[in-house]
Amino acid sequence: MPTSDAAALGEPAGQAQPPSVLAIFLAFLSVGATSFGGGVVGYLREALVSRHRWVDDPAFLELLSICQTLPGLNASNMAILVGDRLRGTMGAAAALIGICLPGGVLMVVAAIVYASTSSTDGLANAVLLGISIAAVAMVLAVSLQLGLKTVKRPADLVFVALTVFGVEVLHLPVLVVLFATGVLAILWYRPGGAPHEGDLFGRVTAPKAQPSPGPHHRGDA
Amino acid sequence: MGQLLPLIAVFSYLSLLTVGGGMAAFPELRDLTVDVHHWLSLPQLIHLYSIGQLAPGPNMMMIAAVGQSVAGPLGAIVATAAFFLPTGLLTLMVGRLWVRLADWPWRASIQRGLGPVSIGLLLAGVIAIGKGVVTDWDKAALAAAVFATLMITRMNPLPLIGLAAATGAYAFR
Repeated sequence: MPTSDAAALGEPAGQAQPPSVLAIFLAFLSVGATSFGGGVVGYLREALVSRHRWVDDPAFLELLSICQTLPGLNASNMAILVGDRLRGTMGAAAALIGICLPGGVLMVVAAIVYASTSSTDGLANAVLLGISIAAVAMVLAVSLQLGLKTVKRPADLVFVALTVFGVEVLHLPVLVVLFATGVLAILWYRPGGAPHEGDLFGRVTAPKAQPSPGPHHRGDA
Repeated sequence: MGQLLPLIAVFSYLSLLTVGGGMAAFPELRDLTVDVHHWLSLPQLIHLYSIGQLAPGPNMMMIAAVGQSVAGPLGAIVATAAFFLPTGLLTLMVGRLWVRLADWPWRASIQRGLGPVSIGLLLAGVIAIGKGVVTDWDKAALAAAVFATLMITRMNPLPLIGLAAATGAYAFR
């Protein structure tokens, strides 16, 4: 395959005809409506790779790595990239709207119900507090699990610490911190610079390491 | 109506910060919606964020709830579009370019370098929301229990959130 290098990435696997824009919309709508408990990426992989076979696993992981580098949520970026591979800009738009619509409608309803709840309702506040505490624990767990896989070398700990320090201690705008530490880290890992691989937390992650994200593999904090 | 332009400005800016995940934008989401524009109080923002963790789909759909509470259904649509369109267009363009850059040596450097930075942004976001929620030892104990269960079992967090809601109803009333 001399010319098909990465440009063929994400081509529909084992399908002559790409799915229609409506089929793309419905597939992503279904993921958007059923992906409870975070880890949308796992649900997407199940739907796109296993069920519909619109992309194969290596292509899915390659697209995911692009999403993790770019701003935007992994779930919505994956929808855009896969939709674009299947049906161009219209496919990307259909996929994005499909995955956002159910959760968005649900949150609008939640906001209306929330606004009608009295702020002095002790029970409602207590329940919301319990949910908030669990949500904090959940995003911390997701971030740490992702961190154990991402932080491979001691220098990475420095970049993590600098970023947290800039945002939480110096109270710099996040965009400034992102730019400063981002440029520093990219230069550190420049071509011919520091090696990229390492196993700082290899012992911690090895027994639970998964070759690819599955449902409930929560990788999108 | 007059809040639509600020909604667009705030949420298109926030979307640029979500490198690695939606949580990375939380510190500025808090500053802009609570302190600068006074759209919500901090407890209200945290409540909506937490309810958002229960909803399916991308985990920042709570922005639709913020838009709704600021300017009604139109506000929800405007906030959501502002949050997804700028980064969406960027992803569309870079995604097409990126695959052609497979052999560009700096591509690996960018991906490798931004990895730990995005983890730092996520942790800063967790700290920002944690400071608003975990305010005493009772709450820290519940958070630690949920955290430990998730780290050890890697189960779907939804049942745990339900359990924590019930615990809250019992313990924090």
